[in-house]
Amino acid sequence: MSLYVDIKKKYKGFDLDVSLENKGQRLGILGASGCGKSLTLKCIAGIEKPDEGKIVLNQKVLFDSSNRINLRPQKRKVGYMFQNYALFPNMTVAKNIEIGIERTRDKHHIVEKMINLFQLDGLENRYPYSLSGGQQQRVALARILAFEPEVLLLDEPFSAMDSYLKEQLQQELLEVLKKYEVDTLIVSHSRDEIYKLCNNMAIIEKGKMIELGNTKDIFYNPINAATARLTGCKNISKAYKISDFEVAALNWNIVLKTKKKVTEDITYVGIRAHDIRCGDPLVMENTMQVTCVGITETPFEWNVLLHNRDESSFGKNIWWKITKGYWKEILKEKAPNRISFPSEKLVLLK
Amino acid sequence: MDFSPLYISMKTAIFSTLITFLLGIFAARKVMNMNEKISWFFDELFTLPLVLPPTVAGFLLLIIFGKNGMIGKVFEKIGVEIVFTWEATVLAAVVISFPLMYRSAKGAFEQVDLNLIYAGRTLGISEFKIFCKIVMPLALPGIVSGGILAFARALGEFGATIMIAGNIPGITQTMPVAIYMAVQGNNMEVAAMWVGIIIVIAFLAIILMNFVTHKNRSYIKKG
Repeated sequence: MSLYVDIKKKYKGFDLDVSLENKGQRLGILGASGCGKSLTLKCIAGIEKPDEGKIVLNQKVLFDSSNRINLRPQKRKVGYMFQNYALFPNMTVAKNIEIGIERTRDKHHIVEKMINLFQLDGLENRYPYSLSGGQQQRVALARILAFEPEVLLLDEPFSAMDSYLKEQLQQELLEVLKKYEVDTLIVSHSRDEIYKLCNNMAIIEKGKMIELGNTKDIFYNPINAATARLTGCKNISKAYKISDFEVAALNWNIVLKTKKKVTEDITYVGIRAHDIRCGDPLVMENTMQVTCVGITETPFEWNVLLHNRDESSFGKNIWWKITKGYWKEILKEKAPNRISFPSEKLVLLK
Repeated sequence: MDFSPLYISMKTAIFSTLITFLLGIFAARKVMNMNEKISWFFDELFTLPLVLPPTVAGFLLLIIFGKNGMIGKVFEKIGVEIVFTWEATVLAAVVISFPLMYRSAKGAFEQVDLNLIYAGRTLGISEFKIFCKIVMPLALPGIVSGGILAFARALGEFGATIMIAGNIPGITQTMPVAIYMAVQGNNMEVAAMWVGIIIVIAFLAIILMNFVTHKNRSYIKKG
């Protein structure tokens, strides 16, 4: 099982330039809204035509601009799950599942099997409008898998769902994907979804693929500032190297000691909002005098917005997410006026 | 009492609606698949009869289909005459009612979610089957109401008809023409009777249209 994609396409507002390879695993594509993630999937499925490049699925060339190959979507065997599921509203659940099955196969049996597998019993004769979001998603998946695609493309599979339904359905989806062992590409703007569902991931920004690799590696050791931002690093400052273990963070007006060796090409330094700690008054290293400019409470943590007290960098936001326990026990429910940036938590970025 | 205008009108309206119905769907599909600049031109062209006064359309038809017209000449060579025949009433009705069908069909097709068509394609369904099983059923209410509008318009066609088909009782005299002639001859009762018949038919058409539109949408609206 393998999918190879290397395509370019001029598009509204940006040029798509993506090259990625997936070998028998779940690959996530993370990017902000309108960055070209869905467009990439549409090119693979044959809904959109790239300007140039090559797409190969299991040794079958789907698209090759240099050899003028452009298979029709019907011939590609690519299962595409749309953001709104695109169930045919004029057909019952059973008909929706049946329509993609080839004539030579035992339609009745396959539909029955799918209905069973996706726990759609009793819903066979219902129309899509009368189903819940989760049921609609199951029908969409059943319909695609009945067609036996060689690769599965999921376009923002959970964007249309309530957050409380989401987690349950993510778990269900993961089980189905594991059971079917079908190559899957999942596009999402949600880092949580990608982290949960995919072993490998790619990051796309403004049409360009900037990183590809193991999901956990990318989350914990991002290389690019854009990657850091997309994987949830809230605080990023321009930076330059001072010595092998020291950087100057320009936006924060502070020199930071680092645990990792600083490379020559560093341009940014970042710290996740969860990794900031209360500053010890006796330690001056990696600490900053701050003014608290805003506090909001969420169910499980406090979000504190800080500004450097130093005039020259005043106005640059620093986000700090504090667990309820830490807030109560260590901080005594008050934002401190000195914070520290633990040297092992600093993210060095290009 | 001569009922031939009712018979002629109905025959004309039914024939012309059959033609416009298919032609309108075909044209709507074609225009939607054209590239933008060309489609803009054809969209204007196909809508023109709707905004032109029917007499102007009739005049243009006379020029084209008359004995010295581009197409009229060709027809004359093979011994077919169009002007002042029953076929001319159909021609006039088709041209005048076509924009209604075309625009309704195009609107109905445009409302079908493109993702459904894409989904069909990725599921390996042929374009023809996608059209028959997905696009048509979903666009049907709009298409049928377009057909009924076209029928009603064809039934009421007067200006272009009188220009190209004239007023030959028993052959080209439709109900609207009969009304005009009756009023000209100060025959108000006859005119009133035709008016009554037309109102009844128009009413039935509207009821039918609402019925069809409602019935076809049931699987969407119920929720």
